[in-house]
Formats: sequence, C-alpha cells, structure tokens
Amino acid sequence: MENNQNNPQGEIREYSALTSSNNTLSESLKRDAATYDVKKVERRAKAQKIISNIIVYIFLIALAVIVIFPFYWMLISSVKTYDEYTQSNPTFWPQIFNWKNYADAYSAASLGTLFLNTVYVGIVSTLLSLIITVLSAFAFARLEFKGRDSMFAFLLATMMIPGELFTITNYQTVVVFLHWKDTFSALIIPFLVSVFYIYLLRQNFKQIPNELYLAAKVDGKSDFEYLIKVMVPLALPSLISITILKMMGAWNSYIWPRLVTTDTTHQLITNGLRGASFYLDGDNTKVNYPAQMAAVVLVSIPLFIVFICLRKYIMKGVSRSGIKG
Amino acid sequence: MVDSRQQWKAWLYLLPALILLAVFTVYPIINTVKIALLEGYQPLGAMGGELYAFGFSNFSKVIHYKDFLTCLKNTVILCVTTVPLSCFLALIVAVCLNSIKYLGKVLQTIYFLPYVTNTIAIGMVFAMMFNIVGLTAVNADTYQGALQVYNIYTNSQGEHIGYVAQSWGIINNIIQAFGGNPINWINAGVNINRPGANTYIANITVMIVYIVWNALPFKILILLGGLQGVNKQYYDAAKIDGASKWRVFWRITCPLLSPMIAYVVITGFIGGFKEYSSVVGIFGEDMGPAGNGSLMTIVGYIYKAISSNNYGTASAASLILFGIILLVTLVNLYVSSKKVHY
Repeated sequence: MENNQNNPQGEIREYSALTSSNNTLSESLKRDAATYDVKKVERRAKAQKIISNIIVYIFLIALAVIVIFPFYWMLISSVKTYDEYTQSNPTFWPQIFNWKNYADAYSAASLGTLFLNTVYVGIVSTLLSLIITVLSAFAFARLEFKGRDSMFAFLLATMMIPGELFTITNYQTVVVFLHWKDTFSALIIPFLVSVFYIYLLRQNFKQIPNELYLAAKVDGKSDFEYLIKVMVPLALPSLISITILKMMGAWNSYIWPRLVTTDTTHQLITNGLRGASFYLDGDNTKVNYPAQMAAVVLVSIPLFIVFICLRKYIMKGVSRSGIKG
Repeated sequence: MVDSRQQWKAWLYLLPALILLAVFTVYPIINTVKIALLEGYQPLGAMGGELYAFGFSNFSKVIHYKDFLTCLKNTVILCVTTVPLSCFLALIVAVCLNSIKYLGKVLQTIYFLPYVTNTIAIGMVFAMMFNIVGLTAVNADTYQGALQVYNIYTNSQGEHIGYVAQSWGIINNIIQAFGGNPINWINAGVNINRPGANTYIANITVMIVYIVWNALPFKILILLGGLQGVNKQYYDAAKIDGASKWRVFWRITCPLLSPMIAYVVITGFIGGFKEYSSVVGIFGEDMGPAGNGSLMTIVGYIYKAISSNNYGTASAASLILFGIILLVTLVNLYVSSKKVHY
C-alpha cells in the first residue's frame, strides 16, 4: 500500500499499458525482445546470484574463523613452551609439543580434586532436582487442587526477579543461620528447584492426552505408577535437556561457589581455574600462559565432548528456553 | 472432580519443591526488601533479637557512592553497545545461514560453540590473546636490543620514549600486520598510545568484543529458528513483484521476525545489566584497575558488598538493579508493542 502511495506514476503507467490497443502492445514487446535478450537477462540474474552467494559464503566462513580462532589459539598455546609463546613473532603451529604444561596446570590449580567436587555436585544436584521437578510438574499438570493456577502464576512471576536479589538473603541463610560455609549442601540445596524447569516439564506433561490417564485409572494404576511408567518416558527428551543444562550449570557456576566456599576441598572447577596462580618464577611476575591455557583446555574439553554427543538436545533445550515468554 | 483425597496427595507431590521455594525464593524476596529498608542491619544481631530503625539510608548510600556510579556507567556502556551490535550481527548471520544450500549445519554448529563454553575459562583465553608479555619503556635513541620499538613519543624532557615487548599478543600482531600500532588492551595503567591517559577505552573494547562473541550463539539460534518458520509464500510473492533483496529484508523478513527480534533484544538487555562473569574472566576478580578506570559492574558491586558483610547496601543495590531491569523491559515491551507485527 505504502508502495503505491509513494509511486502513483507507476500505477498510471501500468494502467495506460493495459488500455492501449493490442497492436501497440505486441509492437512494444517486439521492441523489448530486440533490446533485452531474454537469455542475456537470465544469464545476468544467474551471475548476480552466484556473486551474492559467494559474498554470503565468504562472510559466513570468515565469521566461523573468528568464532573458532580463540579455541584454536587456546589449544596451540597450551602445548607451546614458554619461550616459544613469548617470541615476538607468533608461531601458528607449535615447534615442540610441550605436554608438561598439562601436568603443571593439573597441579597448580589442583584440578583433580576440583573436578571430582564438580562432578559430585553436578550429579547429586541434577538427580535431586529431577525428582523434585518431576513431582511438582506432575502436580501442576495433572492433579487438581485449590489454588493451583494462582500458585503457578505466582511462581512464574518470581522468574522475572534477577538472581542477585535472592543471593543476598540466601548467603545469609546458608552461611550465618545454617553454618553451611564450606559444605557441599551449600552448593547443592539452594538451587535444587528451578521454576523454569517445572514450567518446561509441566508444558510437556500437559501435551500428553488425558485419555492415557483415564485408561491407566481404569487399569487400577495409582497416580504415582502412571507418572513413572507413562509420563516420564514420554517426556524423556525434556528430562534429558534439563539434565544437560543442569550439569553444564554446575560445571560453569562461579559466583555462588565463590561466596560460600573458601578451600579446594569444596570449591568447584571454575573457581579453582580463576583463583589459581600460574607463575613461572618465585616473585610472581611471569605468568605461565601455556600452563594457564592447558588448565583452560582441561576445563573446556568435557563441555565440548558433551556438546558433540548431545548437540541435538542442547540446541533444542536452549531454543525452547527461548520461547518461554 | 476435586475430592479431598486428591487435594491432600497433590500437596504431597508439591511438598519438596514448595519447602525449598519458600526458603530460597519467597523468603529472600521479602527479606531483601526488609534488609534494604533497615538501617545498619546485621544478620547476627537480628538473630539475637536486635531491632533496627526503618529508613532509606541504604538507598541514598548506594546512589551517592562514587563507585556505584562507575559501575552503573560501565554496565550501561556495555549494554547499549553489545545488545544492538550482537542482535544486528546475529540477524545478518541468521538470514545468510537461511539462504545457503551447503555447509549450513556445519556452520550452525560452529556458531553455537561459544554457548557451551565456560565464560570464565574462555575469558582467560581472550585475555591471553589481547595481552602483552614483558612490556617495557625504553629510550628509542639509545636502545640497543633486538626488539622493535613501537609507539615512540617525546616526553617532557625531550627524550624519545618507546615501548618494546617480548610478545605483543596475537591481536596486536594482527594489528601490526595491517600496519597499525599495538595497543595496551588488558594491562592496567599506562596507555602506550597516548601517554598519561588511562586504558579505559581499550579495556572496554575488549569487553565488548568478548560479550558480543559470547552472545551471538543464542541469538543466532533463536532468529534462525524464527526464519525457518516463516512461510515461503511471502518470498515467492516478493520475487514475482521483483522486489530487491534489501527491500525483502526490510519489508518481509524483519516484520515477520519482529517477535523473535524483540525477544533477543529484551533478553539481551536483561543479561547485559547482569554482566559480571565475563569481566571477571578477562580482568580477574578485581575487575580491572582500581579507581576511575575500573570495569566493575552493578552485579560486581553487589557481590563485593556481600563479601564485606554490607547486607543493607547489597540489598538496596539489588533492588535498584531490579528496578532498572524492570524499567528497561517495560520500555522494550512498549516499543515492541508499537513495532512488532501480530
């Protein structure tokens, strides 16, 4: 519409072309054919398409290189010797593979203990969180009780509040009132329930037809049996997405563990990584970047392996969290 | 349908979740507001039955604190630069990805990689890429070493001062390859380009690059998902009308994608105002140099206050953050209600 308003002449021209006699129309067509060879136009359009395709590919591949480059640089720096790393002309492939960096990194950041801590916290919190989420999502999706919808709406509303607002009181509750500083409970329990996961799973449960529930009732199954034998298997993809996101959350969590833990017996891997010092000499001036990068590689590798194996679930989970509005 | 037996059972299913939510979600909301409104609150004192006066001094303390304004400035700068930049770039990438026949899946996977990384860990990689190793100032006229002297300037005594470094870092090496002068991106203090000035602009640039790099995957995923849901008939109709590509992009793609664009912009702003770990990843736990050039963000300020037991100011600051986020989201929703189609 806007188009026509901006360009009334175009309309008039088309109109006059239509009303002109057939005779003049065919003549004008012949004239057009003489000046604009159809094949020529086609060829030009094709060439244009190829050129624009090439530009698009160059752009996309250049961006892919930029995205990948930090990973590449991290990997090759992690096996360089310190002398090679500090050369004024950078080498894009290590001259000598100095695997000792990995041993240095492992001991400097006590990655072994931190790795086990993180895996332990990740597994325990994921398992407990799954149980609690399944139970409450089932209640919200299938069972009927007074105040169900208003309570669910209230829980959804709390999702808008930034997490920092909870952190202050939770820190006080956990550290001052419960004396949980430097315990795994402090890392696991405050984050067991996520309203978002309950919401995600409830939506999934709701899609399961009511008839299945009634059929199970006729067969004399209890609610709990129905939940375990029918609903959980049907909602398995959602549960896998939640598991992965939760495990990745434990692996990447930094802020809360930093507040409630002080020593490596309970710290998580990211804290150890940021807090560790990778110095070459006694007076702490030369940072051993290759060893630091080796530590970063050790922390990043499990994430990449999980991503490569479970790419579909992760991308689906993330994109579904994208339509939570 | 609602019988009393099922009522009772439903609450049993909900019990674990409700207890945890009551303690760690609902109580904190009330308590944080309470702490923010009490003067000189201390948790142990409160446990001992001490009473505190009601007042707004925590809020005024936060607002008048100079460092808080620095945090606010940093956060706003990071937000208004990274959100438009990453949204626009993600939109272009998504449109390009949607238009190609080959390599689409591979490229999509590559672009998604930054999402599954550890923000702190990869922040350290970026810091290493930008960092200079072994930076020293030398007199350019008398320097005998093998290293090339860069960024020579004349100081107040009339000497020519330049800088040498063992390694300028890969980013500076690339800049040098294109004929530019190296820049001090990470190290606090000396600005090797304009002696005397601080390194704030260079530091914040590194942050913008890292945040955009980190924010792209989620936005590309959402926008590409939206594009794949667009009815192809619109494009066929546009082709018949002979519309140019640019016109198709502005008149068809953008309006049809506007709900997704609104979504990534809103979540981008919310995430932007809560920026913290990316700064820690690159600049360490002190978040950059102390004082004026600090890169502390609002969330960084809150955590610093918690660590030093200033619960009152931390609560007040987190409520201010909530207010800002709410306001920005409402403005975004208002704008998008005018612009978003259907």
